[in-house]
Amino acid sequence: MTKILIRGAKVLGGEPQDVLIDGETVAAVGTGLDAGDATVIEAAGKILLPGLVDLHTHLREPGREDSETVLTGTRAAASGGYTAVFAMANTFPVADTAGVVEQVWRLGKESGYCDVQPIGAVTVGLEGKQLSELGAMHDSAAGVTVFSDDGKCVDDAVIMRRALEYVKAFGGVIAQHAQEPRLTEGAQMNEGVVSAELGLGGWPAVAEESIIARDVLLAEHVGSRVHICHLSTAGSVEIVRWAKSRGIDVTAEVTPHHLLLTDELVRSYNPVYKVNPPLRTERDVMALREALADGTIDIVATDHAPHPHEDKDCEWAAAAMGMVGLETALSVVQQTMVETGLLDWAGVAERMSFKPASIGGLAGHGRPIAVGEPANLTLLDSAYRGVVDPAGFASRSRNTPYEGRELPGRVTHTFLRGRATVVDGKLA
Amino acid sequence: MLHLSGGSPRTPGHLISAADLSRDDAVLILDTAEEMARVADRPIKKLPTLRGRTVVNLFFEDSTRTRISFEAAAKRLSADVINFSAKGSSVSKGESLKDTALTLEAMGADAVVIRHHASGAPYRLATSGWIDGVVVNAGDGTHEHPTQALLDAFTMRRRLIGPDAGLGQDLSGRRITIVGDVLHSRVARSNVHLLGTLGAEVTLVAPPTLVPVGVESWPCEVSYDLDQVLPKSDAVMMLRVQRERMNAAFFPTEREYARRYGLDGDRMARMPEHAVVMHPGPMNRGMEITAEVADSDRCTAVEQVANGVSIRMAVLYLLLGGSEPAVTNNATARTEENK
Ligand SMILES: [Zn+2]
Repeated sequence: MTKILIRGAKVLGGEPQDVLIDGETVAAVGTGLDAGDATVIEAAGKILLPGLVDLHTHLREPGREDSETVLTGTRAAASGGYTAVFAMANTFPVADTAGVVEQVWRLGKESGYCDVQPIGAVTVGLEGKQLSELGAMHDSAAGVTVFSDDGKCVDDAVIMRRALEYVKAFGGVIAQHAQEPRLTEGAQMNEGVVSAELGLGGWPAVAEESIIARDVLLAEHVGSRVHICHLSTAGSVEIVRWAKSRGIDVTAEVTPHHLLLTDELVRSYNPVYKVNPPLRTERDVMALREALADGTIDIVATDHAPHPHEDKDCEWAAAAMGMVGLETALSVVQQTMVETGLLDWAGVAERMSFKPASIGGLAGHGRPIAVGEPANLTLLDSAYRGVVDPAGFASRSRNTPYEGRELPGRVTHTFLRGRATVVDGKLA
Repeated sequence: MLHLSGGSPRTPGHLISAADLSRDDAVLILDTAEEMARVADRPIKKLPTLRGRTVVNLFFEDSTRTRISFEAAAKRLSADVINFSAKGSSVSKGESLKDTALTLEAMGADAVVIRHHASGAPYRLATSGWIDGVVVNAGDGTHEHPTQALLDAFTMRRRLIGPDAGLGQDLSGRRITIVGDVLHSRVARSNVHLLGTLGAEVTLVAPPTLVPVGVESWPCEVSYDLDQVLPKSDAVMMLRVQRERMNAAFFPTEREYARRYGLDGDRMARMPEHAVVMHPGPMNRGMEITAEVADSDRCTAVEQVANGVSIRMAVLYLLLGGSEPAVTNNATARTEENK
């Protein structure tokens, strides 16, 4: 088996240590380890993290292979330091049966760049009317535990209640895209000062907050757990904070773009900034950062949403919603959370690896960097500074809001069970 | 060739938003429109200024009034006019704004006058690099309709100050009330910005459901009580209210709307004697305005249409303009015409 010695990396941002990988596992952690016949990676000054886990990725396959495939999406994930991604169910066909989730899971195995854990749809065809075969998806080879109609909200309170209750039988979780549909008809951007000026249909914060409030109360009532996708407003933070203080089993995620960008950018009418939920205000951004720091928001998830050029190179209203994010997520977190002093690297590991893996019930990921653990690792050059150039993306799509922007940090190596998927910043 | 001194900072050389106009540029447009208005009084209503230039009216949304107004303006300046109605053609679904723009670019359009159902489409057209020509926003979604605001300001200046006395003047200290569906109105948005730039004090009056969230950042006051505002108004602009808003619960019934926010004879009597009533048209008589008010000589709706042509001539001239003066004397103009 191949042996690799990572020499002198700051493990979780702590003191420099050597980490020896032997085969698929970590064989030794310490200082002054003997390289022996191992390949040595000099990692002085770099940060070693557990392989990142994304609870919210759109891989588009099956159905929209022009935007992304499992292969291109997992290559993008590896480039961004991820070793596992959860693939959202809004594909064509929708991942609402054991057959489709197994197909996605198998494509992930074949890709070899990153483990792919399918998310199953809560309702048939994401239509919000009839529960999908949640149990069958859980029992399939894919072993689905996370269910979501993401892209759409499970807005019927009874369906949501039943879904929450039903998945208790096998420890599942419902991940809600919180968007009250009537309040967001024709919505194009955050409702507020900027939308009033631009004359774009408003997506009010209360449309997110009212669903979150309802769902945490439902979760409490039926004693189940709920996960809130891409929480985006200061008000949502307060509701989740209240729910947690009350002992409700709720977890929440925030995207990198909601940690950095505001609706002021929409003044450009450039659809690269069109995303759902929409970019909010500076006040929301600051509240999200604080909530991620204090643990009210549990994790960072990318909501990586690839779209082909023609779906963005048009007028705002006609453009698709979403941004790619796998390849820039860690850099944005470094800039918004680490360099602002809100979070240390151990905190980043918690929010981008340990916790997402545990919410999603994914064994073998989000594990400590310790002897005997699977060697899923990410090595980051945090001193790096560079301008984002989407031409270099591994994703099939280029719809990044960061083009031309300087972001810190660069993943130099990613290891999936001891095998390098990224070496010196390039896909292996 | 941009004649506007500052132009618009975000989209230089184009007219996308009334918010982008400086006070001096706005006054220059109004003054130029006065010159253009004189042409309409001549036997031959035509200037050679834009001979050989091509103006495309690109309409993704029906608006015969606005299209004809721009067409008349361009033709009076001797431009070649192409009307491109994208509504109902392949463009409405399959073909994108970008594809259409590339076609127009290939046809050598010097100016594209665009009306689009999507807010921001003209901005996108002007900034995306798809075309080189001048872009004039003829109404985009619920965003802006800058030439409408300019013609409204022009009408107010004529009525409240007078055509010649008004030259070089803005609307400082005038109190303008805009009544109705502000939420969905690009006319209201453009007017708030332009009238503010011209020194007027603007008050919006509407039921709270038809005022956008975020309006507090606008340079105007907001009131829900029309009767209180009328006695302090120099001009009252009534916006068109679409009856379908009722079905979307923006207000309970047409009757209730008319009762609280409609302008009838009694209400008009509460306005100062010199005050005018404006309407961008087409009017819903009996809804936002009664026939009595619409047909009174205080209502400027018909002049607004005529003024629209002068304003659009001024805008096209200033954005596309030749190096020659906009208006030469009668003899020259006639000679040009007889060539
Ligand atoms: Zn979503």
